[in-house]
Amino acid sequence: MKNEEDLEANLAGDGQPASEEPTSVESSEARERWFQRLRKGILTSTADKKETPEGLWSKCPECNYICTTTELKENLFVCPKCNYHHRIGSIDYFDIIFDNKEYSIHFDNIRSKDFLGFTDLKSYQKRLDEIHAKTTLKDSMRVATGNVNGNGLVVAAMDFEFIGGSLGSVMGEKFARAVDYCIEHKLPYLVISKSGGARMMESAFSLMQMAKTSGKLSQLSDAGLPFISLLTDPTFGGISASFGMLGDLNIAEPGALIGFAGPRVIKETIKKDLPPGFQRSEFLLDHGFLDFIVDRKILRDKLTQIITLFKG
Amino acid sequence: MPQYPNRQFLDFEQPIKTLYEEIDKLKQTAEKSKIDMSDSIRKLEDAIDDKRKDITSHLTPWQRVQLSRHPDRPYTLKYIEKMTTAFMELYGDRNVKDDKAMVGGFAQLDGETVMFIGQQKGSNTKMRQLRNFGMPNPEGYRKALRLMKLAEKFNKPIVTLIDTPGAFPGLEAEERGQGEAIARNIYEMMRLKVPVICVIIGEGASGGALGIGVGDKILMMENAWYTVISPENCSTILWRSWEKKEVAAEQLKLTATNMKNFGLVDEIVPEPAGGAHWDYAGAAELMKISILRALAEVKQVAPDTRISNRINKFCKMGFWDEL
Repeated sequence: MKNEEDLEANLAGDGQPASEEPTSVESSEARERWFQRLRKGILTSTADKKETPEGLWSKCPECNYICTTTELKENLFVCPKCNYHHRIGSIDYFDIIFDNKEYSIHFDNIRSKDFLGFTDLKSYQKRLDEIHAKTTLKDSMRVATGNVNGNGLVVAAMDFEFIGGSLGSVMGEKFARAVDYCIEHKLPYLVISKSGGARMMESAFSLMQMAKTSGKLSQLSDAGLPFISLLTDPTFGGISASFGMLGDLNIAEPGALIGFAGPRVIKETIKKDLPPGFQRSEFLLDHGFLDFIVDRKILRDKLTQIITLFKG
Repeated sequence: MPQYPNRQFLDFEQPIKTLYEEIDKLKQTAEKSKIDMSDSIRKLEDAIDDKRKDITSHLTPWQRVQLSRHPDRPYTLKYIEKMTTAFMELYGDRNVKDDKAMVGGFAQLDGETVMFIGQQKGSNTKMRQLRNFGMPNPEGYRKALRLMKLAEKFNKPIVTLIDTPGAFPGLEAEERGQGEAIARNIYEMMRLKVPVICVIIGEGASGGALGIGVGDKILMMENAWYTVISPENCSTILWRSWEKKEVAAEQLKLTATNMKNFGLVDEIVPEPAGGAHWDYAGAAELMKISILRALAEVKQVAPDTRISNRINKFCKMGFWDEL
């Protein structure tokens, strides 16, 4: 399964597991072959290279439908053929949700730090530095405020690219400050989850963010402000076992993988294949854990409706 | 409590086993030759006591994890039995079933009614299976919440004893909402009007532990561990191999001393020399002292203040830079 693979690789902070070095063909038998390649490597000079502009075309991982990225973007990153919802980042969501793509980003000055000196195959600090160098992301969550059809809303959205959207101290603190902002300005709160779970490199501190965020939701609740939890592909572990499942409304995008334990772990535990559709949004709706499933194309309208209904 | 020769010894406890074997030999010789060897035996017994102290004074984090899983280590019901009187176990979540991996009920602690809740492991193969190795299903967390609400209604304090390798990762657990069950508990525990004391008595793994781990005071036994993931699973994900569990245990900084220094737990509950499995009554007595002290302290605070203190306590946890 594609999704379970990148789930763990991303939590480990890598795109792909390191591939094995190609074995060199040095045996005498190999040398005798007439089709033996004598000179290795690509010898075309860079100037003569014909470049295909990167990201011009996009292929749907579900139905293999190919369309231009512009077309896909106009369709809000939803496959025009099979309705597959591509994984998108926080900024894409802000652009989709807020009126005229106008919003302000808050608390972007909070940065993760390697307080424990955690080192696995790489040090945590090195991972952070590498991601900061490679992307414009500051951490796995961005908080923005703006209007949805004229209604004020605070949105916290996750970026899966940043160590698998993992829950660490920074996400916890941004979440907490967003709640304070909601209370101060009497605004509803929407959190868009997309995460493999807790950030292991912060050890018990990341675990405690589950308690911290839930405690803040308790304050939001006392202020009588609605909390909408939108779960997208994938949402696992510490997120689903804390604020992800604590929405006044829990909603999800179609086909998203959502659960507590990852599919691989469950499969290894029960030693059986998992039924088709297991841990998908539709499965959760069926079992009573979601209020409804929302297509990205009508997300803005649904949010407007929710806010209006809570206000009215 | 098992006595030698029914005791089980971990690798690093082997020197103690050797001393026991020497005592055995001396006893046999004494019987055969009718010579009084009680002096030598007493010396060896003292040596065992010293060795017990010596071993726990310099354990690696991974050895500490092994000790927390010692097959002779006491579990939740044992502590309740030793610390309290009139324990009345209560069953079921009123929804699906009774989860045997989560136990609870009212008992008298030093003359006062207290609600005890905790994960329960089994002490032999059959019981281990019945208790699902201390890994609760959603109904376990919902049973725990039901009991907490019951205690709140009658204004009784709550003590939770945490000992789990994690919430059960099963198919039915997902169907019945494992994530939601844990999330609900964390949220509701934040809002409980009565005092809540949590004690990590063995393994404190991840959300499965935190699902009964939100309280006014968090205590942790000397040889327990508490973190976001078990060292084995951490090793599998980050090192892509099961083999690095020792390193993972080190990197996770999961011991009671680490947790106390980080301010994530309030107090370390000392254990008898060599660990709780050497003296159940002694371990329970030490825990009782800590629980009573913590309870007395948090009872001084008004319920509303206690709740906001509780929320603030967890809100302070974390580290970041602010540019």
